[in-house]
Amino acid sequence: MALYSEKVMDHFRNPRNVGVIEDADGVGEVGNAKCGDIMKIYLKIEGDTVADAKFETFGCGSAIASSSMATELIKGHPVSEALALSNKAVVEALDGLPAHKLHCSVLAEEAIKAALKDYYDRHGIEYDHSLFPDCAHCEGCE
Amino acid sequence: MQIYADNAATTRMSRRAIEAMLPYLDTIYGNPSSIHSAGQRADEALADARARVAKLLGCQPGEITFTSGGSEADNQAIVSAAKLGERKGKKHIISTAIEHHAVLHTLKRLEKEGWEVTLLRPAPVTGLITAAQVAEAIREDTCLVTVMAANNEIGTILPIKEIGAVCRARGVLFHTDAVQAVGHVPIDVTAQNVDLLSLSAHKFHGPKGVGALYARRGVRLTNLIEGGAQERGKRAGTENVAGIVSMAAALEEACANREANAARLIPLRDRLITGLAAIPHSALNGDPAQRLPGNVNFCFEGIEGESLLILLDDKGICASSGSACTSGSLDPSHVLLAIGRVHDVAHGSLRLSLGEDVTEEEIDYLIRCVGEAVAYLRGMSPVWRELQSGERQFIL
Repeated sequence: MALYSEKVMDHFRNPRNVGVIEDADGVGEVGNAKCGDIMKIYLKIEGDTVADAKFETFGCGSAIASSSMATELIKGHPVSEALALSNKAVVEALDGLPAHKLHCSVLAEEAIKAALKDYYDRHGIEYDHSLFPDCAHCEGCE
Repeated sequence: MQIYADNAATTRMSRRAIEAMLPYLDTIYGNPSSIHSAGQRADEALADARARVAKLLGCQPGEITFTSGGSEADNQAIVSAAKLGERKGKKHIISTAIEHHAVLHTLKRLEKEGWEVTLLRPAPVTGLITAAQVAEAIREDTCLVTVMAANNEIGTILPIKEIGAVCRARGVLFHTDAVQAVGHVPIDVTAQNVDLLSLSAHKFHGPKGVGALYARRGVRLTNLIEGGAQERGKRAGTENVAGIVSMAAALEEACANREANAARLIPLRDRLITGLAAIPHSALNGDPAQRLPGNVNFCFEGIEGESLLILLDDKGICASSGSACTSGSLDPSHVLLAIGRVHDVAHGSLRLSLGEDVTEEEIDYLIRCVGEAVAYLRGMSPVWRELQSGERQFIL
């Protein structure tokens, strides 16, 4: 059996939404280089909708595929849906990830949440702080 | 183009090695321990293989124990020397930080059981360990020095002859994990002052699941596997006759062609090193000269190794990396960390271990594909963008 599903390979080989949004309304970065993966998500918000989403990722194949899929899942969707995006939804959309790669999908969820929090903070929008834990870092961080 | 550049992981069996084993799977299938002629024919083949392997290593047939591979040989060599030391009240072992896990994890277990282990630090980048370092670390209670002949990741060849001489002079047993060296660099256990040596057949175009442990006469082995009286009672279990015969054939072939292979391979290896060194912010891992003929290992800043491997696989290139994502742990390769590569950079490592039949055209294809893949991944890496903008300092 191949390490990754066809979906993962497709999103790795042809990642959607790679790049930077210069005038982003919210930017979220999670992970660190020491652990071997960093995800950075850029969001453009119009009204209640995620008008555009882009990403930059330093990481393994599944980290790149997870970023690509996560941005696809929220682009054009209401902000509320982006906020509710779970890592499980990313995994399902990718037709699964190997067990030891599940943290890549968690990073994607966290990067989107971090970008939305940044959007709320920048625009002075009230939000439920309990939705954004301080730092949901991986075990590898010190 | 299809290029298998992961020969340090395993090699393709040679035609001669495959043909050598076939009769022992088919017609000569007896158990070497059996009295009847079918068994005795297998036993003769075993004795013949043992004599041939011994001759190629520069020792006596009685000093060779066949094992399931390099890991078992490493385990048995170290445990045996530790037990011998314990009887004399010597429970200190010296090794290096760049050994294979078959050595390091065996030492970890001995530490838990009361032995003390000193791991020598290699020189930065090159990974070299000197005989002087070993001499300095030897104590009254040192029972074993175990230093690999050549490193599996960075390809550095260590001065085992000099280290062996130091050990011999101080009366300390010397084991070398020569899994990556045998068949690729000159090995002669007598001339190189080696007491115990491990080797594995599939690293020199022999079959997987078979290896050997050389133990100098008088160095008593401790069993890892109890049972029948095979291997002079030191390794129970019906012998892998086909594998052992095939290993002997593969070793003969590798040793016969060793000089010619190295002479052909080294300039191609160096062409690859020069080509990859031209990629900005890259660095060679290991010593440029004291290096296995087929080993190339680089770090590329701003990218992660696993994604690089997948891109290369798409181009028909099989390679490996010391990144955490490929090891299944959170940390990148202990070897890269030991030679001073920080985590950020060690995650972006690539090992290309060339086969003897690699061509100049393939080397140029490797250089082109690696360059393109690194550039592509850097293009989507936030780390690379920060390095470029000056928000983050370049390490390489």
